[in-house]
Amino acid sequence: MEQPLYLIPLIPLIGFLVNGLLLGRLGNKLVSFIACASVGISFILGVKFFFDLLALPESARVIENVFFTWIPAGQFHVNVSFLLDPLSAVMVLVVSGVGFLIHVYSIGYMHDDPGYGRYFTYLNLFIFSMLTLVLADNYLLMFVGWEGVGLCSYLLIGFWFEKKSAADAGKKAFIVNRIGDFGFLLGMFIIFWQTGSLDFKTVLDPATAHSMFAVGGGMVTAATLLMFLGATGKSAQIPLYVWLPDAMEGPTPVSALIHAATMVTAGVYMIARSNVLYMMAPATMAVVAIIGVATAMFAGTIALAQNDIKRVLAYSTVSQLGYMFTACGVAAFSAGIFHLMTHAFFKALLFLGAGSVIHSMAGQQDMRYMGGLKKRMPVTFWTFLIATLAITGIPGFSGFFSKDEILWKSFSTDYGSIWIWLIALVTAGMTAFYMFRLVFLTFFGEERMDAHTKEHLHESPKSMTGPLSMLALLSIIGGWVGIPHILGGDNRFEKFLEPVMKGLDHTEEGAHALASAAHDGTTELILMVGSVALVGLFIYLAYHFYLKNIAIAGKVRNSLSGVHKILYGKYFVDEFYHAVIVNPLVIGSKFLWKIFDVLIIDGFINGMAVLIGDISTSLRPSQSGILRTYTTIFLIGVIVILGIVLIFG
Amino acid sequence: MVPIEYFLLLSALLFAIGAAGVIISRNLIIMFMAIELMLNAANLAIIAFSRMNNVVDGHVFVFIVFTIAAAEAAVGLAIIIMVFRNRESINADKFSLLKR
Amino acid sequence: MLDLLIFYFAAVFAVGGAIMMIMQRNPVASVLYMVVSLVAQAILYVQLSALFVGALLIIIYTGAILVLFLFVIMLLNLRGEHFGDKQSNMGRTSKIILSLILFVEFAALFKQIGFADRVGTQAVDVAEDFGSVEMVASHLFREYLYPFELTSILLLVAIVGAVIMARKDKTDREREEA
Repeated sequence: MEQPLYLIPLIPLIGFLVNGLLLGRLGNKLVSFIACASVGISFILGVKFFFDLLALPESARVIENVFFTWIPAGQFHVNVSFLLDPLSAVMVLVVSGVGFLIHVYSIGYMHDDPGYGRYFTYLNLFIFSMLTLVLADNYLLMFVGWEGVGLCSYLLIGFWFEKKSAADAGKKAFIVNRIGDFGFLLGMFIIFWQTGSLDFKTVLDPATAHSMFAVGGGMVTAATLLMFLGATGKSAQIPLYVWLPDAMEGPTPVSALIHAATMVTAGVYMIARSNVLYMMAPATMAVVAIIGVATAMFAGTIALAQNDIKRVLAYSTVSQLGYMFTACGVAAFSAGIFHLMTHAFFKALLFLGAGSVIHSMAGQQDMRYMGGLKKRMPVTFWTFLIATLAITGIPGFSGFFSKDEILWKSFSTDYGSIWIWLIALVTAGMTAFYMFRLVFLTFFGEERMDAHTKEHLHESPKSMTGPLSMLALLSIIGGWVGIPHILGGDNRFEKFLEPVMKGLDHTEEGAHALASAAHDGTTELILMVGSVALVGLFIYLAYHFYLKNIAIAGKVRNSLSGVHKILYGKYFVDEFYHAVIVNPLVIGSKFLWKIFDVLIIDGFINGMAVLIGDISTSLRPSQSGILRTYTTIFLIGVIVILGIVLIFG
Repeated sequence: MVPIEYFLLLSALLFAIGAAGVIISRNLIIMFMAIELMLNAANLAIIAFSRMNNVVDGHVFVFIVFTIAAAEAAVGLAIIIMVFRNRESINADKFSLLKR
Repeated sequence: MLDLLIFYFAAVFAVGGAIMMIMQRNPVASVLYMVVSLVAQAILYVQLSALFVGALLIIIYTGAILVLFLFVIMLLNLRGEHFGDKQSNMGRTSKIILSLILFVEFAALFKQIGFADRVGTQAVDVAEDFGSVEMVASHLFREYLYPFELTSILLLVAIVGAVIMARKDKTDREREEA
C-alpha cells in the first residue's frame, strides 16, 4: 500500500530550505523552532508508520513508497522510493528521536553563537540526508544520503571555520570519507554489472542473489569488500578512522549527533541491510570481523592515554563501532543493530554531558583541569554516570545486553572464534577503565580548575538538561527489548529484525549461525558472569588510580613512559599517513603545478603569443608605404612566375 | 632578312629597361614614361608576331592599345597634377601614406 | 643586308634613347629622349610592314601624348628640383640586375618556344598592302567594330575624369582669390 513515507525525509528538507533561504530575516527563536519542529514531526511520523508496520503480519512487514521515477535509462532504472521494514524503522526512530533531543539541546548550547541559524540549517540538512540513507530502497539513493551526510559532516565539523584546526578537520573528514566512497561506488558498480539492478528488492532477494553470484565467488567478495571499504570510511574503522578524533573540533552537539549516534552508524546499517550478500562471501565476513575487533582494541588503547574529554569519547566511539562491525562479521547482524541503538542512546548522552561540562567550564576540555564537578552539576553528573554504566556493560543497563550479545555470538557461532571473543573481552575491560577514569577525573576528587572558572561553574539550562534526562532514561530501558532467553527475556529485538536478515534463513551458513545460537544456556551464563567480573575489576583499578591516590597514575605513567608516549601519540598513525600518502601527493601536485602547468603549458601558450608578436614585428616593415618598394616586389613576383613557367613549363 | 627573334629580343630588352625605369626613378613623371615605354615594347612584339603570321589583327590591337595609352596618360597626368598640388612634390618616396 | 643594318641602327637608337630617358634628372630631357626612342621604334614598325601603325605611333604617341607630358611638366614647373638625397648605388645596381634577370628570362622563354623552326620569319611574303590604312581600317570597322566603339567611350570617360580631377577645386580658388 502506498503510504507517504517520503514525508519523513522531506519535512527536514523543507526545514533546511526555509532556514537556509530566510536565515537573515528570521530571529533565533523562530529558526530553532522550525528546525526542532521539523525533526519532531519526522519522529512522530516515524512512530506512526512504525505502528502501521507492527499491525502487519510478521512475514510481510514492508511498507513501500515510490516518490518519483528518477533515472529511467533503459535497463538502468532507479526511482526515488522508500522502504520501511523493521530494520529501517529502527533506524528512523533512532535518527529522528535522538536527533530531536539533540536539536533541543543545541538551543541552549549554541545560544550565543553568531552562526546560530547556519547551525540549525546544517543540522536539518543532515537529518534529511540520514533519513534518506536509511529509508532508501536502492543503493543509489542510499549513496545520495551517504554523500549528503558526508557533506554535512564537513560543514558541521568546520562550523567554526575561522579556526584553522577546525577547517582542516572538516577537510580531513571529507577527504578520508571520499576514499571510502570510492570503494562504495566500485562495489555498487559490480553489483549493477552482475545483476543489472540496484534495488534492494532485486539484489537482496536470496533466490536472485544466489542465481547472480556464486557463493564465495570473486564477484560477490569483491563487491562486499569494496562496500566495506566505504563503511570503514564512514564509520571510522581501520584504516580510515583518522578523521573522527579530529572531528571533535566541531560543536559538541554535532559530535553527539553525527559522530556518535547517526552518521557513523551508516556503515553498520549498510552491512546489515546487505546481509544476504555478505553471507555469501565468507572471506569478507572474516575481514569485517577482524578489522572490527582490531579497531575496537586499537582505539581502546589510545583512549587510555588521552587527556581531552572529547578525544576519549571519540576513540571510545571508534572502539564501540568496532564492536558493531565485529557483530556483523560473525553473522550476528541484529546484535550489531541492537548495539547501534543502545550506543546511540548512551554515547549521545556522554557527548551531551561532556558538552554540558565544557559549556559550564567556558570551553575547557582538558580533564586534568577538572574535578569535583558532581556537586556543582548534579543533573549532568547523574546522567553521565548512567551513560557510563551503560557503556561499560553493567547488568541492567542497555549496553550490557547489547554488548553481551555480541560477545556471546562471537564466541559461539561458526563465524566467530575464541580469539575474537578474547580481544573483545579485553577491550570491554579497557572501556570500563578509561570511562571510569574519565568520570573520576571530571566529577570526583579535588577541584583542579582555576579560581575564575570555578566561580562560573553552573548547571546547564533546562533545554540542555531535559534531553540529558531523556537519554538517560533510554540508556536504561533501551536494552530491555533485547533481553536474551537465558535471563528470562524474549529477545524481542532479534525476533523483530529477523525477517530482514534473510541471509540467515536460506543459506547453509545462516543455518549454522542460528543453530549454534540455540545452544544450551550455561556456557552463555558463564561467559556473561566472566565479562561482568572483568569489568568490575577494571572499574576498581580506575578507582584505585584516579580517585584513591592520584599519584599512582603519575608513577605508572612514568615507569611506562615509552608505552604512554605511543598511546598518547595515537600510534603516530596520522604522522605516518601524512608522510607516506599526503606529502608525496602534495609534492607531486606542486611539481605538476609549478613545472608542468606554469612552465610548460602556460609557457607554450604564452610563447605562441610572443612568437606571433615577433613574426608580426618582423613582417611589419614590409608595409612601408613606399611606392617603389611595392613596384620592386611586383617585378620580383613576375620574375618568379616566369621562372616557374620556364622550369616547369 | 632580319630574323623575328631579333625583334622579340629587342622588345624584351625595351620592356626590361622600362621595368628598370619604374623601380629606379623617384620622379613620378619619369616613372610614368617608363610605363609607356613598356607598353610600346609590347606593341613591338605584337607587330612582329602579326608580321610573322601574316594577319592584320595585330595591327588593330595595337591601334586600340594606343587609344588606351592615351586615355591612361590623360588620367594619370591629372592624378599627378592633383598629387603635386597636395604634396608640393613628385618625389615618390614622399607619398607613404599607405604606411601603418 | 640592308635590312639588318637598318635594324641595328634603329635598335641602337631605341635602346639608347630608352636608357638615357630613365637616367635623366631633368624631366624635359627625359621626354625628348623618349621621343628619340619612339621615332626609332617607328622605323622598326615600318620595317615590319606596319605602315599605318608606325605613322600612328609618331602622330599620336609622340605628337600628342608626349607633348601632353611636356605640358604637364611645364605647368607644374618641374625642372630638376625636389630631390634631396641620392639613391644608394647598391640599391640601383640591384634593381638593374633584377630587370636584367627579367630580360634573360624572356630570352630563355623565346629559346624554349623556338621560333627558328617555325615558318614565318621575315622570309614570309606578305601582301603588298599588308599593314596599309585600308587593310587595317577594314578589319577595324568590320570584325573589331565593337571594341572600337568601346574605346571611344573609354576616351570619353578619360576626358571627363581628367578634366574633373585637374580642375582647381574650391580651396585652390579661394587661395587664388585671397
